[in-house]
Amino acid sequence: MTTAPERAIDQRDALGEPSDPYPQGQVGRPVLRYGGGDRTSGAQRFVADLRFPGSLQVALVTVPVGCADVLGIDVTAARAVPGVVDVVTAADLPSPMPRFGVSHTDRPVLADGRVNYHGEPVAAVVAETLDAAQAAARAVHVDFRELPGVYTLDDALAPGAHRVQEPSLRPGHALADSNVLEEAHYAWGDVEAEEARTEVVVEETYTFPMVTHFPIEPGGTVAVPTDSGGLDVYSPVQHPYLLQRTLASVLGLPLNQVRVFAPDPGGGFGGKQNPKLEPLLAFLALRTRRTCRLVLSLEETFQSMRRAGCRIAARTGFTADGALTFHSVEADFLIGAYADVAPRVMGKGSYVAAGPYRIPGVRIDARAVMTNTTPSTAFRGFGSPQVSWALESQLDAGARRLGLDGLEIRRRNLVAKGEAFVRGESAATADGEWQQSLDKAAELIGWGTPLPPGRGRGIAVGIKPGATSGLSQSLVRLLADGSAIVYAGTSDMGQGARTLWQQIVADELGAPLEQVSVVSGDTGTVPFDLQTSASRSTVFMGSAVLEACKDVRRRVLDLYAESTGVPPEQLGERPGVLVTPDGELALPEAARVALGSLRGEFIGQGTRRLRGKGKHPLGGDAAFYEFNATAIEVEVDRETGELLLTRHVTVSDVGTELNPLQVVSQDEGAAIMGLGHSQMEQLLLDEHGRIRNLGALDYRIPTFKDVPVELVSAAVENHDGPGPYGSKGISEGALLCTAGALGAAVADAAGVVIRDLPLTPERVWTAIQAACPEEQDAQ
Amino acid sequence: MTSTARVPDHLDADELQTVTLTVNGSERTVAVPTHRTLLDGLREEVGLPGTKSCCAEGECGACTVLLDGRAVNSCLVLCVEAEGHEVTTVEGLSADGLTDLQEEFLNAGAVQCGFCIPGQVVSAEYLLRTNPDPDEVQIREALSGNLCRCAGYQRIVRAVQATAARRSER
Repeated sequence: MTTAPERAIDQRDALGEPSDPYPQGQVGRPVLRYGGGDRTSGAQRFVADLRFPGSLQVALVTVPVGCADVLGIDVTAARAVPGVVDVVTAADLPSPMPRFGVSHTDRPVLADGRVNYHGEPVAAVVAETLDAAQAAARAVHVDFRELPGVYTLDDALAPGAHRVQEPSLRPGHALADSNVLEEAHYAWGDVEAEEARTEVVVEETYTFPMVTHFPIEPGGTVAVPTDSGGLDVYSPVQHPYLLQRTLASVLGLPLNQVRVFAPDPGGGFGGKQNPKLEPLLAFLALRTRRTCRLVLSLEETFQSMRRAGCRIAARTGFTADGALTFHSVEADFLIGAYADVAPRVMGKGSYVAAGPYRIPGVRIDARAVMTNTTPSTAFRGFGSPQVSWALESQLDAGARRLGLDGLEIRRRNLVAKGEAFVRGESAATADGEWQQSLDKAAELIGWGTPLPPGRGRGIAVGIKPGATSGLSQSLVRLLADGSAIVYAGTSDMGQGARTLWQQIVADELGAPLEQVSVVSGDTGTVPFDLQTSASRSTVFMGSAVLEACKDVRRRVLDLYAESTGVPPEQLGERPGVLVTPDGELALPEAARVALGSLRGEFIGQGTRRLRGKGKHPLGGDAAFYEFNATAIEVEVDRETGELLLTRHVTVSDVGTELNPLQVVSQDEGAAIMGLGHSQMEQLLLDEHGRIRNLGALDYRIPTFKDVPVELVSAAVENHDGPGPYGSKGISEGALLCTAGALGAAVADAAGVVIRDLPLTPERVWTAIQAACPEEQDAQ
Repeated sequence: MTSTARVPDHLDADELQTVTLTVNGSERTVAVPTHRTLLDGLREEVGLPGTKSCCAEGECGACTVLLDGRAVNSCLVLCVEAEGHEVTTVEGLSADGLTDLQEEFLNAGAVQCGFCIPGQVVSAEYLLRTNPDPDEVQIREALSGNLCRCAGYQRIVRAVQATAARRSER
């Protein structure tokens, strides 16, 4: 394998002249990460590294069960601890308790008489030191009565089950008196009629575990009261503007009185999108009139974010030659005690439950089922990995029955570019040459070549809808000396967004790369951006930055005309250049001439807005689809059930690689994260709804030793995306179908089919024993 | 049912101890309670937040520092245990600008969110000092105590290999 920069350059060369608008430019080059130096030297300041002299420290009080009525809270002993400034319970907050949330306004600032999941705070201690705060938190006496909480789908859906949410929070809603928060239904064609012409029907049930984001930075919040009665809030969030709006709404303040600083998240993966404890910190700061600081432990982070678990019952039909005829799905997403964005995860994930295939009859019925568990939220893939696990496994089951292989059955059913894979009122068509990714993955894994005994291969594909609406705004200032500053509200949590803005501005304004800086993470100075999610930033914010640069060029042209007397119609502009009657002028030079002795600067504004569609179940058509093909070669140790991944190939349809090194980094990282939920990760609960594997000792994520022997990341570039220079979002593709590829590889290697993730050694071993009793006898 | 944590008998268990240690070549004296970890001492008392805190139980490696030249999880060492010892943090490694190892981390695309990187850099530096020419298996083994959720593992391996190659040319 070549190194990433080499590969990047090879690929760039292969683009050829016509499709490469800036062969000499920075876009398309493996430019090194913006801010990378500070991230290796230790100089990067994450939220816990910021210093606030005189600040108070906060510790949270919880009860040791997942569901309980709080009968009383005695804070006397806690208040007596030296250094304690305040102990706050629900009784100290406004009544009725302020609530907030993305899809439902259901989450209280602090548990109000009822604990709905393990780890939900019932009180907060504010003290001069962290030692005092923690000691006092332990001294808070909570009298509670445990309730028969629901911790599994079966518990939650049983008749007479405990209701997680007060029915009064959904007045008039048909499902209010149940634990089903929302449903989604998609259907097209005639499933029954299709079944009549079906040769093979596969009917199975699959499960996908609850997993947690486990960002290496646990995170935290600092709230600083301002002299004008407002707040400055520091939180490593993906959506600073959503946090600003939420805080303003909960506190009854105008937006301009809430300034959110978002230090770069040390990993987000969706877990740091939506407000959680920030409203509580805001109330504490306003109450004490002091800066209040809460730095979370990893355990507390586990208790504040996770992916929805899922159970999917699927019936899938095939003709004798392997063509899909129908696919019928019932998908129950195990969400948590508050809605967060989980209903949308359910709705958007199940929208693609029939995958990128040509299926005449489809019926999808999905539910978001509340339980007394950590609220599930966005997590890289956003519902797609769950449905993909079931669908891809169904395809392989059909292939085995029909004597086809995993590649062939996908080739026969994958839609071509422009062909619909979701039909009906809210149809969606393939926006890429997806078969190229499948073919490339097959080629790179050596599909069809002989394997030693005990090894097997699997191949799978996955899709995920990108953002369906949104708004990103950017400002670009071209300064008098030709350097530039970009203002873009995207949170840089490792994906490297700022590097792309730097590259785009360097090319569009002709500025040296190192003279382009980026400002982000401050709602007080940086224009609005809806959010950093759904791999949207390259497309949305990238386009806004590009527009802002064009705006700068137009302004340079206009002022140049005014300053020099050259009629504007005799001037032209293109990236990095002003075209004058006397020839081309580098844009910085043209800007210098135009500005004259007064100097000053040019300020360009760019906006990318995608309006949704009111009637669309997702709120609008996806701006693009992420498509990925993954192929895995695995060796199964039949005596231990351990899996050794000898080769793992991921191919994503990326449109255009704006920065090949960052594309590879994101793609490889997603692939390993996919192996996490496929091979080892799962949150386990006890009968009280407590996370049994709470923390890094017992909850395992992939380490250096779990990485495949060979991990190959490749891309298909057809410059057919809606983003700058034909780019698409790319950050989630490589984990969409990891599980399906691995499951198929294990089936190929060991002859056992497992339908429950993760494929732990215990599960694999047990399946082998069950399938081959003679091996058991031999031991 | 009640949840009542025991009220500490004597909160003055937090009585301060004076600890003198050498951090990045300079002698530092801090007054800390006995239970204060070296990690928190370095971050909060010495004022060097480059060393990161994640799991606080010795599993993730984000807090790795060199203690008398050996890589340790500073969350598992008490400040008082470091009395008289020599500590090198990531800031100490890069006191004169980025090291060759840190440059190679960047070149390889190993740095994404960056939160685990100080720990990775210290662990990798320790590996290269003790084994200047590690093979891939040895690199994976040596760094297996450092988690990276962005999963830049294969990029980090390349960074270590490239650094070893650079150093062998010197």
